Amino acid sequence: MNDKQYALVIDLNVCVGCHACVTSCKEWNTSGFAGPLPDTNPYGAEPSGVFFNRVQTFECGTFPATETIHFPKSCLHCEEPPCVPVCPTGASYKREADGIVLVDTDKCVGCKYCSWSCPYGVREFDEVMGVMKKCTLCVDRIYDLSLPPERRKPACVLACPSGARIFGDIKDPTSAASVAIFESSGYQLMPEWGTSPSNHYLPRRKAKILLHEDELVRADNALKIEADLAKPAFSAPSIDDMSSW
Amino acid sequence: MRPAFSVLFLTTLIGAGQGLLVALVAGQWYFVIGAGPAAESGRFYALGVVAALAFLGLGLFASFFHLAKPQRAWRTISQWRTSWLSREVILLPAVVGLAMIYGGVHFLEWKPVLLTFTNQKSLDLSMALGFLVAGAALLLFVATGMIYACVRFMPQWSSAWTVVNYTLTGLSSGFIAATAFATWAKSPLAGFFAAAALVLTLTALVGKAVHLWRNGRIKPTSSMRTAIGVNHRNIRQMTQGFMGHSFNTREFFHPGSPEAVKGVVALGLAFGFAIPAGLVVAAWVVGEWQIAVAAVAIQYAGLLAERWAFFAQGHHVQNLYYQTRG
Repeated sequence: MNDKQYALVIDLNVCVGCHACVTSCKEWNTSGFAGPLPDTNPYGAEPSGVFFNRVQTFECGTFPATETIHFPKSCLHCEEPPCVPVCPTGASYKREADGIVLVDTDKCVGCKYCSWSCPYGVREFDEVMGVMKKCTLCVDRIYDLSLPPERRKPACVLACPSGARIFGDIKDPTSAASVAIFESSGYQLMPEWGTSPSNHYLPRRKAKILLHEDELVRADNALKIEADLAKPAFSAPSIDDMSSW
Repeated sequence: MRPAFSVLFLTTLIGAGQGLLVALVAGQWYFVIGAGPAAESGRFYALGVVAALAFLGLGLFASFFHLAKPQRAWRTISQWRTSWLSREVILLPAVVGLAMIYGGVHFLEWKPVLLTFTNQKSLDLSMALGFLVAGAALLLFVATGMIYACVRFMPQWSSAWTVVNYTLTGLSSGFIAATAFATWAKSPLAGFFAAAALVLTLTALVGKAVHLWRNGRIKPTSSMRTAIGVNHRNIRQMTQGFMGHSFNTREFFHPGSPEAVKGVVALGLAFGFAIPAGLVVAAWVVGEWQIAVAAVAIQYAGLLAERWAFFAQGHHVQNLYYQTRG
């Protein structure tokens, strides 16, 4: 277990499914640490390509009582990553320092066995380079001292226009990510496999207010108290300094 | 799961090679314990080892097509502490090397006695090497099977029956190959090999049937509810995030229809086990080596179908996220 574990917290209540995180991720990472992220046949009938981040859309319920859920999915940087021990070359590893799961593309033989051992389907094989690729949590951004501190975040987090993505150390209880998990019931995907994913999701929250009808209609003397109220003293404070009780 | 032909050829070919080595060692032991009337010549075992090495070599050749970066294959021996794939990569050359020594010792008829037991039986160098070869071959069966059995997220594979079936089908194909070889060489071992091949092939058929029965009763561990964490009974995917394809839609799906997969399963059971078992009996009774060679060829085609279906029938948990193009 790491003392520090960087992760993303994704707020499904806020995500609007705009794919800005997908395109900014591709843009940053294709020329970054784990790049390139090649596309094959990008303008043809069957385009394909390597992405670290995808936004999927699900619909729940039966019409008309339905709900649309936009669901961004990238590597969850599990605390018990099942993809790491199966790698025959040691190319797949989890960093001690910050818990980020990475692939050393100089060691990868391209056997794809790690992708078989991921239940979330977040590793994507690069057919052009012949190695496995995956989300790096923008490891080449978050430690870049040439960037101003507020920009040292993954590209997807900076791109999100609705602020649905929070980046932080989930082992630090004061981080924004931890606070969001604690306060907004953050949960993990497929906890039944014991992978203990570090990325958390915040559930959809229904904003409702309970109103009674008599709260909507103004009623004079609502309490039906007929007697005159006692007159306050002349010098007593009044509601608006104009009228008296 | 997409059946990769490199892996289909690798697992079937090295299975036959390992099985043939185990068969040769079992044949030698059959004489050593005094069950047979005469011994076989060293050249017989040496030639058999050459045939087994051909199977193993072809399998090894096929395996390189599975690696996108075969020039880095040497790195795959490093993680034997945690990875069954790494263990297989270590055991396969170990089996090949031990088999070469075993065949060489037989070819040179170099048989110094290492141990003499109280019942006047003795253990010579070739027999001792034979036990090492057979042990390594059996360990390699376990390693190959465990590569698939330890994939927790593939419920159809994640079972001890995967290891049992890889071992039994490999032994079956090896012993049928040994039957063909011994019948062709007019060896006194032909009857022993044929009887063992028949028993192993029928056992492998039962093992395969039990595995298929077990796979038909799997209850999924994960559902859409846990996959996206929304507690709702009726969840549909509207889009998987792209209109085309990705690695995840190619690697974990196959183009065959469910009916086609059922057909291939039936073909695999018939050509991989039932028909070869019958042909082995025919070869044993008639004594014509051509029948036994036909059994080897037919079984190989059947085992390719069986292995194809093994992959095609694997439904990975990640497929929950890739249900709707759009």
